[in-house]
Amino acid sequence: MSEVFEEISPADFFYRNREIAGFSNPSRAVYSAIRELVENSLDAAGLIGVPPDVYVRLSKVDGGEVNVYCLRVEDNGCGVPPEHVPAAFGQVLFGSKYRLRQTRGMFGLGGAMALLYGQITTHKPVYVASSTGKEDIHEYRLMIDIQRNKPIILEHRVAENGDGWRGTIVEFYLEGDYPRAMPKVLEYLKQTAVVNPYANITFVDPRGRLYMFLRATTKMPPPPKETKPHPWGVDVELLRRIIRITNCKNMVSFMKTHFHRVGDVTAKNFLKFAGIDPNLNPKDLTPEEVVKLVRAMKKFDKFMAPDASCLSPLGEELLRAGVIKELHPEFVAVCQRRPSAYSGHPFIVEVAIAYGGEVPRTGEITLYRFANKIPLLYDEASDVSWRVIKSINWRNYLVTPDMPVLIVTHICSTKVPYKTVGKEFIADIPEVHREILFAIREVARKLRAYLSKREKALKEKKRLGVFSKYLPKIAEFSARVVGKEPPDVEKLLRKVSRFEGVGKSTRK
Amino acid sequence: MKELGSLPESKREVLSKIEEFEARIYQQLRKGEFPWIEMPSRSTDNIVYDPELRQYVLGERRIKRSASNVKHLRPFTFLTWAAYFAYELVKRWKTTTLRDVYYSAQAYGLSFRDQQESNNIIVDLETVLGVPREDFNVYPEERSAVYGDLTVEYTVPGYEGRRLNLTSHPDGMMIGPALTNAKFIETTADKVIAIEKGGLFTRFIEEKVHERFNAILIHTAGQAPRATRRFIRRLHDELGLPVYILSDGDPWGMHIAMVIISGSAEAAHITGLNTPDAKWIGVWGSDIVEYKLPSDPLTERDIKRLRELKVDPRYKGKLWQREIKVFMDIKRKSELEAFSRYGLTYIVDEYLPTKLEEAG
Repeated sequence: MSEVFEEISPADFFYRNREIAGFSNPSRAVYSAIRELVENSLDAAGLIGVPPDVYVRLSKVDGGEVNVYCLRVEDNGCGVPPEHVPAAFGQVLFGSKYRLRQTRGMFGLGGAMALLYGQITTHKPVYVASSTGKEDIHEYRLMIDIQRNKPIILEHRVAENGDGWRGTIVEFYLEGDYPRAMPKVLEYLKQTAVVNPYANITFVDPRGRLYMFLRATTKMPPPPKETKPHPWGVDVELLRRIIRITNCKNMVSFMKTHFHRVGDVTAKNFLKFAGIDPNLNPKDLTPEEVVKLVRAMKKFDKFMAPDASCLSPLGEELLRAGVIKELHPEFVAVCQRRPSAYSGHPFIVEVAIAYGGEVPRTGEITLYRFANKIPLLYDEASDVSWRVIKSINWRNYLVTPDMPVLIVTHICSTKVPYKTVGKEFIADIPEVHREILFAIREVARKLRAYLSKREKALKEKKRLGVFSKYLPKIAEFSARVVGKEPPDVEKLLRKVSRFEGVGKSTRK
Repeated sequence: MKELGSLPESKREVLSKIEEFEARIYQQLRKGEFPWIEMPSRSTDNIVYDPELRQYVLGERRIKRSASNVKHLRPFTFLTWAAYFAYELVKRWKTTTLRDVYYSAQAYGLSFRDQQESNNIIVDLETVLGVPREDFNVYPEERSAVYGDLTVEYTVPGYEGRRLNLTSHPDGMMIGPALTNAKFIETTADKVIAIEKGGLFTRFIEEKVHERFNAILIHTAGQAPRATRRFIRRLHDELGLPVYILSDGDPWGMHIAMVIISGSAEAAHITGLNTPDAKWIGVWGSDIVEYKLPSDPLTERDIKRLRELKVDPRYKGKLWQREIKVFMDIKRKSELEAFSRYGLTYIVDEYLPTKLEEAG
């Protein structure tokens, strides 16, 4: 009796498990494909600090029995060096996202998963054109060899880049269901516009409708820096890999060189705490010592918290700009919390609250969730942000369910604590929960101050309205009976408003 | 417009009261002050029974309403309007109703929230001026009637000086604004009989009760409207006629009689509507027993009402307490029409003369 063991390639793996990456049905596939490619485009522009221009066009083509669409996405990003194009678009798990730097992409699959899905459902090649802004534009027609996870180049043309164009164009075919995907696609684009206020996003849908999300600013957050791992977040496998590549000859310099925010004093104190000889060559660590070291790293509480330079939060100014640009609220407050960490992973929570304007009235608070600038549109009820919102007594903040109130939560982290492989909602981790709670409370307090001021002003306005409506009437009726001209009540009206400070509170 | 000079004295008095009220407000405004007024409080704890007047009156407590208080401002304005509106009504010989008042405010850019608010303002005006609303020409919708040998002279425009004998119409004459404002000229009657029920009022006319008993007959149509109560009072005061009341033999009928005699708590702010000397001659509880009248059992509500009446200061008198006890004992009630079991004219031929004699 013999068993057949078959090695499967990453492409094959995702082909067999495509629901993991969000391609479970034609409707979801349209949404996921657009999203993957748009995120890549935004990242590509972000990397070189250029305000993104992203153009998305989805058009229906004749696919016989199934609904086939052509998706084209163009950007003005960094472009892909020509030699990397086939791998970047014809090979799953290629890319630069397995490093400790905050980027948007979900799995490092980039658009390749979308292209893979397109190929599976339509068996048509992908068209890619890209230029890094130099003299050439490289155009490819590619397919993916799914079993071997290798690109197949069907055509490669080099054109002269006369206009100095820089960016990437991807065009491919996929089976989909746009009518059903439409609400999510539009919601995704709108929320993306909120969190990327410096981006121009244009979308032409299969019926030719044009959606434009124009930038409100050209200011961009600084691009994230790469960072070393923080000791709290290290596991045995990672430690082994570092030991394998290190040139350090003793443990003190090993700790200082390879770990985030570890200096001389901390390194020595820690090694004492862990019971490891500071002069030991890291290569001589026994497997038992490696495990001991990892455990000690998690327990040692004198490490400085990870710093957030590797994160790319939006910042209060841009978050405010994004909310204002897409929702034109009557009031907005934003709050960026100081960096914090869970299990050695730094994170920053940013929150905005908006009231009125185009904020919808839905009978409860509307929540926009973002993780590393990606909108999360599914499984809202399970998300930590939603739980925090539900745990707050909003009456204390003068907020009632019928009010148009929107909350934006943005979590930036080198490792966003997603709860499931679907990566649609964030786990209720105490550190994250607390930061979100504090942030929401802070903006909610500002909203309360605004609402109460507004209510007071309205009340005063109404009060003054009562006086200015009725006093002249009293003057009129009494004068009629007396048979004289009505007395002037202006002085009395001034008295009323001066005493109550109405002029001051309504001016705003 | 009619000359003011042609207005009756009573109406000119009302006008001058309104002028006084508005002039005060006008002067306050001229001086740059927030106008304010004071009037007796109508809250229940300020309604007291006056044994001398034999009616409810308002106590000492007064309330101040100021236009500087945003909560008072609206009712204050409506009151000022109502006074002006009443002034115009009286001056122009126009009459109106409570419902009409409610709509009329809209012509002046004011709108009452509901009928209740409008009614309250009219009661405020009554309180401030100390006169019933009929005096400033606001009349109730319900109209009762009068029949009998009484000659009146109209004062309303178009009818000034015209005289009419109140036997002129076999259905009786409606007690409306014109009759309320008419002068009493002469009568041969020596008593007034007020009857709760319309059917019986007609029967009395048909049976010539007015001639046989020398009576002026009044149909109160249930609870007597205030204009009717005022009319009865005038018949008593101006013509010196004793007043007898016939109502159903139950707590509600008793109370119809009592309101004519001692007034209602709701009208505690006005005097001169009741006729303290009027007498309730039936149907008593003891009549039900004595005349073996067909009767119905008292309901829970009836009994509850009797208990209330028992402790009501207006019901202190011996007759009232006795009859309340009888009702409670027999636990039955009879309507005026119950006498018809002895024939249609029995009530006129037998019952009425007996009761009038008893009442003296």
